[in-house]
Amino acid sequence: MAFVPSAVVSHPTSLRFQASLPRNRWNALLTAVAAVFSAIAVLPLVLVLGYVLFKGGSLISATLLTELPPPPGLEGGGIGNAILGTIVVTLVASLIAIPVGVGGGVYLAEYSRSGWFAQFVRFGTNVLSGVPSIICGVFIYGLIVSTRLFFGQSYSAMAGGVALSVLMLPTVIKTTDEALKLVPQELRLGAMGLGASQFVTITRITLPTAFTPIATGVVLGIARAAGETAPLIFTALFSPFWPEGLFNPIATMSVLIFNFAIMPYEAQNALAWAASFVLVLMILLANLFARWVARFTRV
Amino acid sequence: MKAPPAGDLFALRRRPPQEKMADQGFRWMTIVLASLVGLVLAGILLTVLMGSREAMGRFGFQFLVLSDWDPVGDTYGAFTAIYGTIVSSVLALLIAVPLGVGTAIFITENLIPARIRQVLGLMVELLAAIPSVVLGLWAIFVMEPFLRPFLELLHTSLGWMPFFSTVPQGPGMAPAILILVVMVLPIITAIARDSLQQVPTELRQAAYGIGTTRWEAILQVILPAAVSGITGGVMLALGRAMGETMAVTMIIGNSNNFTLSLLAPGNTIASMLANQFGEADGFQVSALMYAALVLMLLTLVVNVLAQWIVRRLSLKYA
Repeated sequence: MAFVPSAVVSHPTSLRFQASLPRNRWNALLTAVAAVFSAIAVLPLVLVLGYVLFKGGSLISATLLTELPPPPGLEGGGIGNAILGTIVVTLVASLIAIPVGVGGGVYLAEYSRSGWFAQFVRFGTNVLSGVPSIICGVFIYGLIVSTRLFFGQSYSAMAGGVALSVLMLPTVIKTTDEALKLVPQELRLGAMGLGASQFVTITRITLPTAFTPIATGVVLGIARAAGETAPLIFTALFSPFWPEGLFNPIATMSVLIFNFAIMPYEAQNALAWAASFVLVLMILLANLFARWVARFTRV
Repeated sequence: MKAPPAGDLFALRRRPPQEKMADQGFRWMTIVLASLVGLVLAGILLTVLMGSREAMGRFGFQFLVLSDWDPVGDTYGAFTAIYGTIVSSVLALLIAVPLGVGTAIFITENLIPARIRQVLGLMVELLAAIPSVVLGLWAIFVMEPFLRPFLELLHTSLGWMPFFSTVPQGPGMAPAILILVVMVLPIITAIARDSLQQVPTELRQAAYGIGTTRWEAILQVILPAAVSGITGGVMLALGRAMGETMAVTMIIGNSNNFTLSLLAPGNTIASMLANQFGEADGFQVSALMYAALVLMLLTLVVNVLAQWIVRRLSLKYA
């Protein structure tokens, strides 16, 4: 027969778990509070996604995706020019921000990890990522739009792309820096030992090794830029027509949502919901894709 | 190919000049690209400073305390917008911090199965990916009509307080604060989760080992150990809330009449810029640039403070 200490059986303050103790009651209560908080935190996502997917998704049709928006107050039409415009502007932004950001990240991680200049650049990157996106718009307005820097054009797709690239830049620099820091030092030493120059080591060994984490960060950065509105409303402006080159105003989905949501016409509001559906779907797919790519990280 | 003489086989190979050039050239290229960050920052500051010079010369610091914004009479004071920026972001954080930290605890502290935790974490992260203009659209057509009865109730029952003294008529400060809560929640949750995960396992084990309940360990050991990271995250979220533009612009009502009431339309610096910058000309542009400078300095101070807090308060376990 097992030995049972008499104290455990008879004494009320035993080692057994007693749910009625104040501390255990508090424990259960706080767990419930945390659960409620989590539910509240997730609720907006469910609601917003639900509304966008059902309200926007039910409007999607072939004509909607390929036609121009109607004049204010009229029915019909689509958001074709805005979809194309978002792709163009985001592409311009990526073509600027990715080379600059990867280059800057390479400098931070490979050439000067803790020099004063690297510290300064890291600090600057953090500050830049905290600059409100509307200020980026004001900056590009002052730099490009009001000075008519590009062929005497004021508002242009190019200006919008540059504004978005300012927003993407810190993300790309940070992800490149972090990803390269994860590459084992042995790989660099091995390459150097074989007589490779630093240029060859970086372009042939370290950058390819860190490709997946960099790609993940870049895709997330592009997805974030595609949804940005504030830097575009007075740089790329809006246009009810198909894109007319890089140096003219261009329609984007985010600005279309903003403009059409505050119009008093049902047809325009419906187009805003449809554009949100397309935009959110693109961004969520990009996010899930980036997460999926991240699973193949080797370093 | 002629075999090299035995003596040369192990001789040092001199790098050809073009290889040296490529090596040095690449290094310089990365330095130039890295310095672009500083250049862009200086450019932003200079553009806003130069643009606001005119307004600064005319109004000086009066700009910060006057609340009349009159494009017709060409007199500008940004007090309403500055007040709106600070009040909306601080109140939003007061709601979002407990929610965010609570959620972070719930998804790090092993209270529920790992699978559900991962799903919850992913959902919060996806919430961060939804563009603010879409949240604004949702706020206009879904959230605000749903909230209005509750805000009306607030007005009828607590209307004697100056904060609820006006009848809610659609867009206003209160819905803007709530949409800001939705926007900063993922930031706070993500950073709080990271800081909680970085608390060493030994601390948890030691706490449980001396017989604490789970929440005693969380409140007295784990949270204090993670407090620097969480505070830094809260400051970052504050900066984000101050600069947040689209969702707020769409729902705040954009009125420059100063009122204490949270149920009345208000304004923030960012929403004022979004609304007026495109159509402004002449002196109004300069006044808007001045407001942009104020916003930039506000967020700059908050962000630098956030970085300083993280570096200064972080406990070192090593």
